[in-house]
This record gives sequence, C-alpha cells and structure tokens, in this order.
Amino acid sequence: MSTTETAAQDIPKVAVEITVNGQSYRREVEPRTLLVQFIREELRLTGTHIGCDTTYCGACTILLDGEPVKSCTMLAAQADGGEVLTVEGLEKDGELHPLQTAFSEHHGLQCGYCTPGMLMSSLALLQNNASPTEKQIRKGIQGNLCRCTGYHNIFKAIEAAAAEMRED
Amino acid sequence: MYPAPFNYHRAGSVAEAISLLSNLGDGVRALAGGQSLLVLLKARFDTVTDLVDLGRIRGLDGIEAGNGEYRIGALATHARLARSPVAEAIPIFQDAANGIADNQVRSRGTIGGNVSSGDPSCDWPTLLIALDAQVHCEGPDGKRAVPVNEFVEDLYLTVLGDGEIVTGISFPAPEKGAAGAYVGFKRCAPAYPTTSVGVQLTMDGDDCKDVRVSLGSSGLTPIHATGAEAELRGKLLTDDVIVRAADAAVAESDPIDDQRGTPEFKQLLINTLVKRGIGVARRRCAGEQVEVSHEYY
Ligand SMILES: Cc1cc2nc3c(=O)[nH]c(=O)nc-3n(C[C@H](O)[C@H](O)[C@H](O)COP(=O)(O)OP(=O)(O)OC[C@H]3O[C@@H](n4cnc5c(N)ncnc54)[C@H](O)[C@@H]3O)c2cc1C
Ligand code: FES
Ligand code: FES
Repeated sequence: MSTTETAAQDIPKVAVEITVNGQSYRREVEPRTLLVQFIREELRLTGTHIGCDTTYCGACTILLDGEPVKSCTMLAAQADGGEVLTVEGLEKDGELHPLQTAFSEHHGLQCGYCTPGMLMSSLALLQNNASPTEKQIRKGIQGNLCRCTGYHNIFKAIEAAAAEMRED
Repeated sequence: MYPAPFNYHRAGSVAEAISLLSNLGDGVRALAGGQSLLVLLKARFDTVTDLVDLGRIRGLDGIEAGNGEYRIGALATHARLARSPVAEAIPIFQDAANGIADNQVRSRGTIGGNVSSGDPSCDWPTLLIALDAQVHCEGPDGKRAVPVNEFVEDLYLTVLGDGEIVTGISFPAPEKGAAGAYVGFKRCAPAYPTTSVGVQLTMDGDDCKDVRVSLGSSGLTPIHATGAEAELRGKLLTDDVIVRAADAAVAESDPIDDQRGTPEFKQLLINTLVKRGIGVARRRCAGEQVEVSHEYY
C-alpha cells in the first residue's frame, strides 16, 4: 500500500498480439493498459463502452476465446494471444446479426449505452444454450445493467433472436 | 479509471512466480483473474510497483478426483468449476460456483484468487469450510497445506508469507449419501452476498450423523459455526433442533454495519439462511434434486 508510484516512462512496455474480430494486431502497450482501452483507444473500435469504474455495469463486455468478459477489468497483457469478439464483429457482410435485428425490432434499447454489452452477453448465452428459458435469459444478462428499458424488451429481443437463430 | 503505473511480469512456473514475488520488494503482488485486484488498482485503493501474472502457469488449473479426494488448481475459474464434474457430483459446490458474482466475473475469477483475497464476503472460503478443505501453498520455504478455516486470519489477511502463493485446494470426497447446500442473499448478481451460509450434512435416517456449517459475510473472517453444528450432530432433525442451530449460528456471527445492511438485518438473514440451508441439504440427502443459488430476485 505504501509504495510510491513508479513513473510511467520508466516502465518497459509489453508486446501483445491480440486477434480482434478475426484480425490480428501487434502492439507495444503500457502494462497498465486495460483491454477496453486497447480496443477503444489503440484500435479505435469504440462500440465497446465504459459505463462504470467498479466492474459493475457490463457495458464493456466482449467475448474472449468465446467467454464473456468485462474488458475494463482485464489487462491487455492478460489477453495476449487471445481472440476477442466485440460488437463490431457481429455484423457479417453488411448484414446485422439476428440479435442486433431483434434488439431493434423489439425496442431492446433506448439510449443504447448498455446495448453493446447486452448483445455480447446475449451471444454468449445463446452460443451455450439455443433455447433458454426466461429465467436462463435473465441469468444470462445478470452482469449487465440497463438504466433505460426496464429489461422486458431486452428479454423479448433475446427470445426472438434465439428463435431466429434456431431456424438458421 | 487507469491503475497507477506498474511493471508486469509473466511467471512461467510456480518456481518463477515465487522467485519474482520474493525478490521484487514490498510493492509486488500476484495477479490471477484480476477480478478483485484490478478493481482495487483502478479505484486506486491499492498501488503496486510490480504485478506477477500467474495466469500462464501450466498445470495450475486442474480439476481432479481420485483417492477419496478432490483436487483443484488455484487457477481454475469460477465458470469452469461451475461446469465441472465436481459441481455435478457435489451440489453445494455448484450452488457456490453459480452464485459468485456474474457471468463475466466468473469467466475470469479464480478459486485461488478468491481464497487469497482474505475477504469474508468471498464465497469459496466459506463453502470450503463446509467441505473441510485444505489450502495448498508453496513459497521460498517449500510447500505446506493449511486447513481453510485457519487460512484467513483477519480481514483481508491470510497466512501467506512473502513470496508464497496458493497452488490449489483439496477436500475429502463427501461420504455416500451426504449432501449440502450453499445459500446466500445478495442485492444483484454483480454484488457480493449480504450474508451466505454453507451446510454439509450426512444423514442416518432422520438423524443427523454429521454436519458442517459455515457463515460468509458474517464477521471479519469466514466463520466455522461449530456451535450450530453441536446443536445438530447426532440429533433427530426436528423443527426445534433446527431453530436452536440457527440461533446458535447467529450467536457465533458478528456481522459489520455496511452498505449491504445493519448487523441486526444480517443476523435475521443468517437465521433464515441456516434453516433454508439445512432444509435443502436434507432434501438432497434424500435424493431430491433441488436447484438453489444465491437469491437476488
Ligand atoms: C462485480 C463483482 C462481483 C463479485 N461478486 C462476488 C461474489 O458474489 N462472491 C465472491 O466470492 N466473489 C465475488 N467477486 C470476486 C471474484 O470472485 C474474484 O474473482 C475473486 O475474489 C478473486 O479472484 P481473482 O482470480 O480474480 O484474483 P485477483 O483479483 O487476481 O487477486 C486477488 C488477490 O489474491 C492474490 N492472489 C491471486 N491469486 C493468488 C494465488 N494463487 N496465490 C496467492 N495470492 C494470490 C492477489 O495478489 C490479490 O491480492 C466479485 C467481483 C466483482 C468484480
Ligand atoms: S465498464 Fe462497467 S463493468 Fe466494465
Ligand atoms: S438503453 Fe440506455 S442503458 Fe440500456
């Protein structure tokens, strides 16, 4: 606790190679660089949001090697060698992902701040469980806060997307 | 917010981690999943000069059963433990693995980091007291195993010495017919429990042959509720006996006043949770499938 702060310029950088949305990026970063900063500031992929300082809100959720992670609470150095999927990676060949379409059709968003994180947590849920019950959907987004919608339209959107994805 | 600057070292082995942690001075800290440590560093509640990342050490994330015991590596994440055969075989284990934090935190947080935090709100130490677990440590002076209820000495303080790390956890396989429950109350998934209770029961007909009871977020350390156990052990589990056990558990607790509730409120919860935990454990002993994890809606 009583240690003095080390000056940032005296600290050796860490080389990282991280695949984001299928493309590999090599960078030298300060050790304290958070994965979310790497994504937003180094790669300029600003779809991933920062909504809190306390690992509470889930707006920064991305998938790392298929698992949902709060990218604000992980160092870029820890993600070295990993595969990241962000909200920008959901769209394929100009077509929105069924989750994105369903959120739009079912009014699963108002201000949209929580939406990237909601989409990534929903995707993690549906990849493990193609037919979730309502309770499983609620548990699936338990780590994501929304200050606008009251969640009901988000549940509806996830249910609709699940049905759509089962048909494909 | 950014953490203050620090040096980053990636340990390739337990020996390398011990050597780095022993030689980098007072400001060095081990990093596992980062779900407690990075939160503190970002808020600048803590500052470090160096982090030693344990995350790449091979062979430290095993989940194994054999020779009458279970062995879990320090780096096993909550999410992997929830999906593991251990959770399938031991219901109390599944309750805890699914009740900790939220999906995202469970992807990263590790059992070793959870135990090493010395935080009475952390679920694993409380659960592991109910399973009579040992914490395996390795440091500059070699290896040792410490019973989990001696591992956390005080608030955020464990028995770990300088340069010493947790390498794993082990606990005896529960007797045939034994079952448990881990129940907690929390405001929402990304919050720590307001209080939590672990109960591991072995029944002989309607009699309690053996039992372990533990309390989380109920004092400055996780609590082994031996008074509650004494009310239950060897007795026919009548309502009166269960009420006395819950009262005994409350008497052994000493919850702090914080944003999660007053001590009086928490003791009411402990009373209810002990009764609920015994009820669920008993139904599971009888072979019933009962789904519980922390209640928050
Ligand atoms: C929003 C949120 C909600 C949460 N809710 C809960 C909850 O309900 N219940 C619960 O139990 N936990 C909860 N947690 C905490 C979570 O479970 C953490 O994963 C856990 O406490 C720490 O594990 P970690 O691997 O992330 O450790 P880290 O954060 O990396 O480390 C924690 C501490 O342990 C030390 N350390 C780590 N590994 C070792 C090791 N192998 N040997 C020696 N020292 C080590 C570190 O130096 C540090 O001091 C929550 C966390 C967040 C962010
Ligand atoms: S920004 Fe809120 S959890 Fe990451
Ligand atoms: S739509 Fe505004 S926070 Fe969810």
